[in-house]
Amino acid sequence: MSQADDYDHGRDLAPGDEPEESAGHWVRNYLIGLGFASVLTAASFWAVGAQLIWGPAIPVAIIVLAIAQMGVHLVFFLHVTTGPDNTNNVLALAFGLLVVFLLIAGSVWIMGHLNQRMMQPMPMSQMLDMQR
Amino acid sequence: MSDTTYTTSREALRRRQQDPHRVGHTGHPKNEPVPGTGQGASGPATKRIIVGYGFWVFLLSDIVIFSAFFAAYAVLQGQTAGGPGARDIVELPRTAWETGALLLSSFTCGLSFAATNARNKLWTQVFFVVTGLLGLVFLGLELQEFLSLAARGVTPQRSAFLSAFFAVVGLHGLHVTVGLLWLGTMVAQLQVKGFRREIVHRIICFNLFWHALDIVWVGLFSVVYLLGAVR
Repeated sequence: MSQADDYDHGRDLAPGDEPEESAGHWVRNYLIGLGFASVLTAASFWAVGAQLIWGPAIPVAIIVLAIAQMGVHLVFFLHVTTGPDNTNNVLALAFGLLVVFLLIAGSVWIMGHLNQRMMQPMPMSQMLDMQR
Repeated sequence: MSDTTYTTSREALRRRQQDPHRVGHTGHPKNEPVPGTGQGASGPATKRIIVGYGFWVFLLSDIVIFSAFFAAYAVLQGQTAGGPGARDIVELPRTAWETGALLLSSFTCGLSFAATNARNKLWTQVFFVVTGLLGLVFLGLELQEFLSLAARGVTPQRSAFLSAFFAVVGLHGLHVTVGLLWLGTMVAQLQVKGFRREIVHRIICFNLFWHALDIVWVGLFSVVYLLGAVR
């Protein structure tokens, strides 16, 4: 049983897979990923109490750092590339991200509107107007 | 080519020379279709690709489930019913240790896959065990957090916010627990059966699962813990 015919060069790649490479290439890849991820994690933990960042911008900074770190994980740990052998994986990922975006943004948007309309206590005069 | 030797094929070398950073848009003329990528023109894909892709689709749907829990958390964040808010229950040092443990375990999991590709059983098993131990550290810290919160009367039934908090963090913890059980069976299967093709396919799937869990944790510690501490 050889490993080569299972890899099937020049065709699609399984997600998380790479064309046959030396072990050194894999390890280097993971080390770069670990380095980037550590720096980004440290940066976002630092940002929480940072005096250097304007207060209201801190949540934005944390979210941007999180998205960047997810990208690092995708590229260096899951080996998602823009190469033609990865087309299917990237398309599935893109669809997944679309659903995630719709779910989260849609929920926050709709529930935010509902909150806005239901939480404000109605003034008494307005309530009396409605009863007329 | 036997299972134990590891040779770099000519095709892989060609790829490396033409496209060292795997950007992907070089190496073939524009007018020529790329043979066999994404169009099924070259016949059915190998089992390795089918298994990996199928698991990839499962993982994406799993992430959709997580996003529903995230959405619930985002919506219910302010509904504390007079109880403790995110600021009162978050302890950043513990979160930092959890993050470090999970990130390192993701890294060692990757190293085990590198060893798998080099068909080195000893190092695959060593990195599997290290991955498992780091996962256990993470789970232990999370369990300790939940228990200490419960001791203070901070339980899911206290408020809508706490229900959402325990649901989303607990769901991730549940995934890590399942992943650790899976890792245990992988160690046993590899020891008994060796690098048989289907075992390697399962190892690929486990790697995808473990890395995906780390990506979800990035969202968790950023949104729940760090943003909770800021607000």
